[in-house]
Amino acid sequence: MITFDAVTKRYADGTVAVDNLSLEAPTGEITVFVGPSGCGKTTSLRMINRMIDATEGRILLDGDPVRDIDPPKLRRGIGYVIQQAGLFPHKKIVDNVATVPLLLGWDRGKARSRAMELLERVGLDPAMGERYPFQLSGGQQQRVGVARALAADPPVLLMDEPFSAVDPIVRTSLQDELLRLQAELNKTIVFVTHDIDEAIKLGDRVAVLRVGGRLAQLADPKTLLSEPADDFVREFLGHDRGIRRLQFVGTDGLRLRTDLTVPAGFSGGSPEPWVLAVSDDGRPLGWLRGDGGGGEPEPYGTFRPGRDSMRSALDAALLSPSGCAVAVGADGKVVGVATREVLDAALAEAADG
Amino acid sequence: MGEPLLVRLIADGPPSLWEWIARNWDTGRVGSIKDLLGDHLVMSLVPIVAGLVLALPLGLASARWRWLYQPAAGVFNVVYALPSLPVFMLLISVTGLSKTTVIIPLTFYAIAVLLPAVVDGLGSVPDHVRQSAVAMGFTPLRRLVQVELPIAVPVVLAGLRVVAVSSISLVSVGALIGQGGLGMLFTRAYQNPFLPPVVVGIVLIVALALVADGLLVLAQRLLTPWVRARRAS
Repeated sequence: MITFDAVTKRYADGTVAVDNLSLEAPTGEITVFVGPSGCGKTTSLRMINRMIDATEGRILLDGDPVRDIDPPKLRRGIGYVIQQAGLFPHKKIVDNVATVPLLLGWDRGKARSRAMELLERVGLDPAMGERYPFQLSGGQQQRVGVARALAADPPVLLMDEPFSAVDPIVRTSLQDELLRLQAELNKTIVFVTHDIDEAIKLGDRVAVLRVGGRLAQLADPKTLLSEPADDFVREFLGHDRGIRRLQFVGTDGLRLRTDLTVPAGFSGGSPEPWVLAVSDDGRPLGWLRGDGGGGEPEPYGTFRPGRDSMRSALDAALLSPSGCAVAVGADGKVVGVATREVLDAALAEAADG
Repeated sequence: MGEPLLVRLIADGPPSLWEWIARNWDTGRVGSIKDLLGDHLVMSLVPIVAGLVLALPLGLASARWRWLYQPAAGVFNVVYALPSLPVFMLLISVTGLSKTTVIIPLTFYAIAVLLPAVVDGLGSVPDHVRQSAVAMGFTPLRRLVQVELPIAVPVVLAGLRVVAVSSISLVSVGALIGQGGLGMLFTRAYQNPFLPPVVVGIVLIVALALVADGLLVLAQRLLTPWVRARRAS
């Protein structure tokens, strides 16, 4: 656990970067520092591994003040990932990843085989180990950066806007990858970003900081979206808070109707306004009018009950003319339909709780 | 000596060139070609090596304390700007008509080129690379040796190539005080107009420079495979 105890960072010119910050980053969780530029989020992060020293207050790592630990020793026990990856251009990928193990005095062979193992773990071909950083794409470099931070298996990981410099598609896959890794590794992660959506997606807890380095709110993402502490947080969260909060509402409780599916050759005669045409192997084909009029199947949207959130279910419903969302299993086969009424009831419940 | 020097030199023709070389290559006395070649090597290599050895700590200090850089670079630039002859005159009173009198100014010239190369080389280390080295727990010395200096190597070697070639060429100026290595062949030709010494002097000096440059290019390829990898990508 990382504890900030009334931490202030004041520079010689009087600028206050971080102002009396107290919070805890619990073991095994992702704590996100988010806020506009100048809010002291990176400064706060760097005070943990003493790249910057606090002016007042204490930072404790599992109860020990970091100030009492020699910086190089402290840092070798804390993984660090930065925006441009910061790979060493003159070292092969495998040697980049093996950096901290070598600093810790592991023998070369052991450090290299550990590095290879980690490359695989972050989704890279181990053959890439023999290349130099310049031969990799930005997204690949960032994966190497994560592998390097994990190499000596540190309990704590600091990540400073690690995914900001890559394109949105790569960013999404890196975020998913991080969540997958975290599910396996359970590191104590402090993650800095200016992107509130990233904070909400990744954080177990989100600390919103305001300019001048004061904590505006510390909460889990769902609470943050439903109960912003003040106007600053509300504004920072953006407009569609209500919709975004639905991503924390589950879909396992939805009552699905199974009587709205018809075979591919359906030609009318249902009392329902819309029915779902399903192929022989159970996959959705599209919505048809219940009276047989219309002709071609209309578009549909799907979600996976239990795994996907209410936001996905609602999105699926909005994609089809029927207003219903098609529930599918892991194999892509239809398991039922969530009707407008069912979704409505679930939304009303979400709004209350 | 009625005809212009060059005409007489060229009129001399090649047949006597090989003959002259064979006769003067190794006479066992001071002033043989072999002897001059050895002197030339010493007087050019010592400034190159000494220049690098001195420019490194000076460059490191200048990169660390930026205020030091401009005055330090200024001193060496002024020395670089001084004409060789008065510098020799000044030094003769201390070191006499020795090789050292040639080596000292050449070392200053080498530093004048290498000091900015070392500072720029260290400046070529990207900030995020330095930051991540700090964050991973490198001690300052280890960071310098394992991260910053290796990344500075291409820039420093580029400066070293200039220094090597100019040093090898500049040694001949030492002929003014009787310590010019192969440059002595040129003054000899002046005193007694004769083509072969001039040809041999020029060819050997250029060959030395090319060999030195080639060795440095080879060193660069071996030391910095990552630079080639970068070009290929």
